[in-house]
Amino acid sequence: MILGAAEWAIVGLSLKVAVIGVLASLPFGILAAYALARWRFWGRELLNLLVHLPLVLPPVVTGYLLLVLFGTSGPLGRFFEATLGLGFAFRWTGAALAAAIMAFPLMVRAIRLALEAVDPKFEEAASTLGASRLRVFLTITLPLMAPGILAGVILAFAKALGEFGATITFVSNIPGQTQTLPTAIYAALQVPGREGVALSLIVISVVLAAGALIASEWLARAMRKRMEGS
Amino acid sequence: MSLSISIRHRLAGFELQLDADLGAGVTAIFGASGAGKTSVLRCVAGLLTPDEGRIEMGGRVLFDRAKGINLPPSARRIGYVFQEPRLFPHLSVAKNLTYGMRHSDELPLDFDALVELLGLGHLLSRRPATLSGGEGQRVALGRALLSNPDLLLMDEPLSALDQRRKEDLLPYFEQLRDQTKLPILYVSHSLSEVTRLADQVILMEDGKIAASGPVAAVLSGGETQAAVTRDVAGGLLTVTIKDHDKADGLTQALIGSQPVFLPGLIGKIGTRMRLRIDARDVTLMLDKPQKISALNILPATITQLHEGPGSGVLVQLDHQGQSFTARLTRRSVRELGLSKGMNVYALLKSMSVTHDHVGPV
Repeated sequence: MILGAAEWAIVGLSLKVAVIGVLASLPFGILAAYALARWRFWGRELLNLLVHLPLVLPPVVTGYLLLVLFGTSGPLGRFFEATLGLGFAFRWTGAALAAAIMAFPLMVRAIRLALEAVDPKFEEAASTLGASRLRVFLTITLPLMAPGILAGVILAFAKALGEFGATITFVSNIPGQTQTLPTAIYAALQVPGREGVALSLIVISVVLAAGALIASEWLARAMRKRMEGS
Repeated sequence: MSLSISIRHRLAGFELQLDADLGAGVTAIFGASGAGKTSVLRCVAGLLTPDEGRIEMGGRVLFDRAKGINLPPSARRIGYVFQEPRLFPHLSVAKNLTYGMRHSDELPLDFDALVELLGLGHLLSRRPATLSGGEGQRVALGRALLSNPDLLLMDEPLSALDQRRKEDLLPYFEQLRDQTKLPILYVSHSLSEVTRLADQVILMEDGKIAASGPVAAVLSGGETQAAVTRDVAGGLLTVTIKDHDKADGLTQALIGSQPVFLPGLIGKIGTRMRLRIDARDVTLMLDKPQKISALNILPATITQLHEGPGSGVLVQLDHQGQSFTARLTRRSVRELGLSKGMNVYALLKSMSVTHDHVGPV
């Protein structure tokens, strides 16, 4: 393995981008899944379309749209810069946003499936015991769908870790700033003599993805066991 | 506490239409499957919003379509025990019990007392998935009671259990009824549960009230027979347990001053019990029979004859102020020349009186 400090920095940045992107989008993912599964409202089909759009659009198109909306002069980019001091263009935060948007459809689908599998009879029982809708959600619905949320998070993490097209279009491929595993592998393969580095990064990608999958299986089994009783 | 229900609701296949005022004690909603019993409970609990109507409990308006009032289930203070326990699978029995618990100084029975009453002590650390059906239903009952409801709804809480578990659980319900004085609305399609637990009964058929009133009156009423319980209900007789004959394995009881014998050693001596009689197990005779193997013969007066569309006739009888019913064929009625006001002897086949049919008063 030919890995120097620069290569380890790529791994660290990739993990940061994927973890933060997934965790920051998780509340929105749960909300979107809940709205799509349980609420009947005007514009529901539109929301469904918006959520799933990144799955079907060419990633380059998604990246371009992000650039238009969240770029330095884009309306949302200016809004976040002015209110939260949060800039996205050509920064790791932008890579996290791109990864989150691209992983969002997978996350919402998994959470929605988990939510639809929660039997409303438990929620009814909780409400007759005096629990408000929020308490029912936090203490009954959420724990019962936890295995599905976990599955959604792992899937989204794997997708975020591998995101390429939208990331490179939106935030480019700046070493130390926005260069993640896939973009670094791509860059290494463009330069003769860097195949060794590319191979090392590829091995790391495989290990991370497989590790996430194994961890999720193990956690899901532990949760099931807990529910089936001591 | 009084509950006043007036609702209209369209369901698949029929319309629910119910107007009732309920007082304290146990009110049973009784009827065949699909009569709309569960829908009534769901409307009262707030889990189903009726198309029209008003529900008021103890001066509190829970639902009023015209005024746009519809309290959520969590604000109604109504406990609900469902057909299946519906225990939260991710929480221990103890956490299930305390999920909706109010301050213990508010509660008529605090946590420890209730755990004792329902025999849950050894289950507290278990997970719901490891409980038997009967245990689960006891936990569900305890959980509902600890939320300190003003009214308890029970939707066929025994229907998912086998006969032996039912017998195990019924005494808990009876103790609860006697110790808490909590008003209970109890849905059932089992006549034996109704006779054993209820004070009043609402008889439902196709979404509407077919009859309502005190249990004894409704279940022996002619209309009732015709409507729902044609083949099962004969009536309810209140008896006093007089003696246990251990050698013969019989219990001697008195209906007024008339002795009857029940199989098995039932009840405590001196207590009063209710006895259900199946209309098909009553035979009528004009003269007092001699040399007959049956033990229980009651002199009675015919108060009414109901001819149904079929070949059967329901003969309503009165014995010292208590009414019950015999189901005879049209032919028998004609040949005996039975008519209103006649005195007859009713022969009750004693083996038809099983433990299942006996409930304390």
